[in-house]
Amino acid sequence: MSKTSIRLAVDIGGTFTDLVLHLGEHFVSSKVLTTQDAPERGVLEGAQLVLKQAGISPADLDLVVHGTTLATNALIERKGARTALVTTQGFRDSLEIAYEHRFEQYDIYMERPEPLVPRPLRFEVPERVAADGTVLLELDESAVERLADRLVQEGVQAVAVCFLHSYQNHAHEQRAREIIARRIPSSVIAISSEVCPEIREYERTSTTVANAYVLPVMESYLRRLEQGFRDLGSTAPLLLIMSSGGITTIDTARRFPIRLVESGPAGGAVMALTVAAQNGIDKALSFDMGGTTAKITLIDDLRPQQSRHFEIARAARFVKGSGIPVRIPVIDMVEIGAGGGSIARTDLLGRITVGPDSAGSMPGPAAYGRGGTMPTVTDADLLLGWLDPKGFAGGHIDLSPDASRKAIDETISAKIGLDHDRSAYGITELVTETMASAARVHAVENGKDMAGRTMIAFGGAAPLHAARLAQKIGVSRVLIPVGAGVGSAHGFLQAPISYEVVRTRVMSLREYVPTAVAELFASMRTEAESVVRVGAPSAELHEERIAYMRYRGQGHEVRVPVPPAALESGGSDALHQAFEAVYQALYGRTIPRLDVEAVSWTLSLAERRRLPERDEPPAKQPAPMPQGKRALLDPCSGVEVQAALYARDLLKPGAPVPGPAVITEAETSTLVPSGFVAAINRAGHIVIERTA
Amino acid sequence: MIKNSIGEIESQVLWNRLISVVEEQAQTLIRTAFSTAAREAGDISAGVFDRRGRMVAQAVTGTPGHVNSMARAVGHFLDEFPIDTLKPGDALITNDPWKGTGHLFDLTVVTPTFHRGKAVALFACTTHVVDIGGIGQSPAGKQVFHEGLQIPIMHLAREGRMNEDLLRIVRANVREPVQVAGDIYGLAACNDTGSARLVEMMQEFDLADLEELSDIIITRSRQAMADAIAKLPRGSWTSCMTIDGFEAPVELVGTLTIESDIIRVDYTGTSGISSFAINCPLCYTDAYTAFGVKCAVAPWIPNNAGTLDSVVVTAPENCIVNALHPAAVYSRSIIGHMLPDIIFGCLDQALPETMPAEGTSSLWNLSLVAAHGLTGRADEIRTPFNVTTFHSGGAGARPRIDGLSATPFPSGVRNVPVEVTESITPVVIWRKELRVDSGGAGKFRGGLGQVMEVSNREGSPMGIYHRFERVRFAPRGRAGGKDGALGRLRLQSGKELSEKGFYVVPAGDRLIVEMPGGGGYGAPTERERDLVQRDVDYGFITASEAEQIYGLKKS
Repeated sequence: MSKTSIRLAVDIGGTFTDLVLHLGEHFVSSKVLTTQDAPERGVLEGAQLVLKQAGISPADLDLVVHGTTLATNALIERKGARTALVTTQGFRDSLEIAYEHRFEQYDIYMERPEPLVPRPLRFEVPERVAADGTVLLELDESAVERLADRLVQEGVQAVAVCFLHSYQNHAHEQRAREIIARRIPSSVIAISSEVCPEIREYERTSTTVANAYVLPVMESYLRRLEQGFRDLGSTAPLLLIMSSGGITTIDTARRFPIRLVESGPAGGAVMALTVAAQNGIDKALSFDMGGTTAKITLIDDLRPQQSRHFEIARAARFVKGSGIPVRIPVIDMVEIGAGGGSIARTDLLGRITVGPDSAGSMPGPAAYGRGGTMPTVTDADLLLGWLDPKGFAGGHIDLSPDASRKAIDETISAKIGLDHDRSAYGITELVTETMASAARVHAVENGKDMAGRTMIAFGGAAPLHAARLAQKIGVSRVLIPVGAGVGSAHGFLQAPISYEVVRTRVMSLREYVPTAVAELFASMRTEAESVVRVGAPSAELHEERIAYMRYRGQGHEVRVPVPPAALESGGSDALHQAFEAVYQALYGRTIPRLDVEAVSWTLSLAERRRLPERDEPPAKQPAPMPQGKRALLDPCSGVEVQAALYARDLLKPGAPVPGPAVITEAETSTLVPSGFVAAINRAGHIVIERTA
Repeated sequence: MIKNSIGEIESQVLWNRLISVVEEQAQTLIRTAFSTAAREAGDISAGVFDRRGRMVAQAVTGTPGHVNSMARAVGHFLDEFPIDTLKPGDALITNDPWKGTGHLFDLTVVTPTFHRGKAVALFACTTHVVDIGGIGQSPAGKQVFHEGLQIPIMHLAREGRMNEDLLRIVRANVREPVQVAGDIYGLAACNDTGSARLVEMMQEFDLADLEELSDIIITRSRQAMADAIAKLPRGSWTSCMTIDGFEAPVELVGTLTIESDIIRVDYTGTSGISSFAINCPLCYTDAYTAFGVKCAVAPWIPNNAGTLDSVVVTAPENCIVNALHPAAVYSRSIIGHMLPDIIFGCLDQALPETMPAEGTSSLWNLSLVAAHGLTGRADEIRTPFNVTTFHSGGAGARPRIDGLSATPFPSGVRNVPVEVTESITPVVIWRKELRVDSGGAGKFRGGLGQVMEVSNREGSPMGIYHRFERVRFAPRGRAGGKDGALGRLRLQSGKELSEKGFYVVPAGDRLIVEMPGGGGYGAPTERERDLVQRDVDYGFITASEAEQIYGLKKS
């Protein structure tokens, strides 16, 4: 990818499809409505639009990078394929029994989500592999043959095959696929030893089933999209962004569409990463707050936190354990039901609660005047003077403070006996506190702290709440990047081609054989390279090896980077030290004399991408003249102040804007509270720093 | 902002912050724990207390058994060591079943928090350790002395120095010394995490002490409970239930009285204590009773001293729900888990059509072992092991929806994956599936139990500690719903086993565990026909049950 190449990024969201066309130094962007029935139509229309704006012919496109929530939506809305599960005799209910767990401790009416495959489509075949990979019972091939006929009769469109311990020995799964593929195309058969070769049968089955469930939908969509670009005259490769923040080829995307869920937010994190590089930020916190949710990711040394746990379609309250678990490489982010549209109420103890449900865009906050009567965070922002009633969301919506006041009076003030300003302040304080708590717990769970971080805030609602959130979590510097509204799509174009492979091999460090581990990684490298090389035939590659380790007897593993010395003779000491360093950082102590074991191993391979050079800070300029003044409630002191107003595009780099102030732009407003000072840097990002 | 008094918004923010602090404390403990009970099942507790020992906030964790017991435990610690005698770096510990959380396996650690030179709060936490010596996981202990090491309330650390004498005694008395010591360090460390966060909060908000905030939280919660109780009908209702027990069936009798702002539960009429380890200390009875009441009356109110004081639990001394020293108490959860069913039985009379039917209630954990002296001699056992996997039968049907299948209630544990159990032991689980026809028939069907089939792949004997319930007396249906199916324990070769004790499965044989189903709600003939047909199609019920009990006509 040379610097002058013409690259298009497309991010399909629930309401809008964002498009960004990069032309070397500058870019053209656009938003079109998402066409739910055939998403490729919106993509192709939007593509033609931005190409026309830029005066570029489709044939000149060098690359298209695409992210879509299509797979996620199919899972949330249960609109995937008619899927069958083929599993070990005795285990067809594993998918339904799940964790044998109630995720709502006190709710006697709790319900678990229905499994994606109903019981009559869950089939068993005689076979059994033991935990060490030995075969206890041979696969009954004739049973599989009979089953294949049955699957055709049942009209299934996709098949998931998941046998016990197939992460150790995949022979039975592969043989079953061969047999079933005589009757059903192998392109719609997903086997667990390929999708998710990891121990823990429920999670592996759930991941494999979810993958099969979205296979046909994604397969046909990607085919239509590819054809559509070809019809426009483009021969540019089409790549897809994954939840890990890497991109992959269309062939891999077709086989493992489950890896594409949550790609939009991943793009946002990649954008934050690029901004961090450009500004020399070693410890960053990416804060993305939109209309419905807020997402927080930690980025250390230009690497976002990675994880292999993700849950799709959690029940309404974002409760852990209430969704469909999938084990795929993801950027580890904490998602909170807190956005501009989040609804505020009081509970029976007279406490203000905010979210997790959102008024969305229809009816939207009360201030939109579209029939919403419940107060939202945006309503509170408006009443506190943080938002200009005119020209919200790029001038598309005029806000009504009267409607906001009425909603807050009726729902909050009347219940707890505070005036509407204090009530509005309560809403913003509590939603910020909720995000701060989530961020703190997330940091602790990952053995990180907040001190010395810079927050990179984007999404429509983030710039208003970022400084106060930063203060609450002890962060003293906030950066609001340019073009925060289409951040995810920008991120797509900065993502590297990459792929992650996982294997489970339970291995005690007492019986550790470095050569065996080296061989394991070598075979993983071969698999990863076969995928990465399709998209990046000659790029320099970067390899990251991770072991998931624990003290023998524990039930949770920690993620340990494997040092090169671990693969050489006597390597167990090196791996032991690496484990203890991680354990110490996470939990503040290690435990002497206890055996340590590795459970799973991952290898991720990515092209080495060129990150932007670090920008020098701009020269100091005299303070600019404000365009006006507005009374607002200062979030940090809790008192009313006169805030200076500035237009972002009129600010010169280096000119200090002391708080309290509001910096406005088409898509959003940035609130600089008292005790903070803001300035634009060379790249045009707003940098807010704490002074008190 | 006014600093000498806490404003409305500020107090709400601080309350949220305290809950987040104890959640963080709890997560730290779970992630470092060794015993499956703690790490998979979340059988731990964490909370913050004010200077008077009143619980201000508690983490919502896997099992309610510690809800009230740990809350009361801190009072016992302060009786022995008044708060102003404690110094920075001190930590206290006990596993006293009557002053802690009900059995010797639970260790509780209490740590004072110092701010501006003064003890301003205490953090407490409890975890279930892998082993505590004695007779181990057997329900067959006769006295608490059989059940292992007893640690009276004492210092675990003094001014930052661990009590090495105590740790040496612990290591010498338990079967997994390194893991148990690891858990003790974990308890101390998670309290330190909580303390550090609390001090940060107090600095940020410029608070000198916690007393005003604690008063606000406790008073408001107490008032919210009072308001919720005031909406209920006044009166007194009694409910009884017979369960299997150990040497004889046990009669549980509870009388629930709703007064103006308080709910009393008295267990007069309940059977006397057992000679075996199914006895329940009152603190644990208190915990599950309070949990049952709270689920039914005010699930939304956070747990603290204010809410817990709204439920007053009494029981005659040395009945099975108020067993005194030296009764054996290891399996006290068998009784404790049944108590919400008694509460629901009472409230069903007060508030018809709101309470679920009875469920399996007690857990069906498989505690499997191959060890010297238990399943053979050391030289005969290829791979010794000792593992507990958590499993559940069906829960009771609710007045508007079916019961949950293979799901615990009131406990909040999660299972251990089959692949994990098999990777750490020679155990093979050949079958784990929902059990047809086990859910009690009803307009709303009880949750299904499950069947598991287990063997030792090394061809050696395998022992099972069985502590099962609902094998002789079924979970009852409600409002015309049928009972759930009885549990059953047998060998593949045919032998039926009793529900409690220790049994050695002969080499080569398989253990078949059939877990009970939950009771049904409402008459089966009123069930929507589509749902009956679906249950047949899904194999949840047989065609003959559909016809004979649900009255489904053959199409």
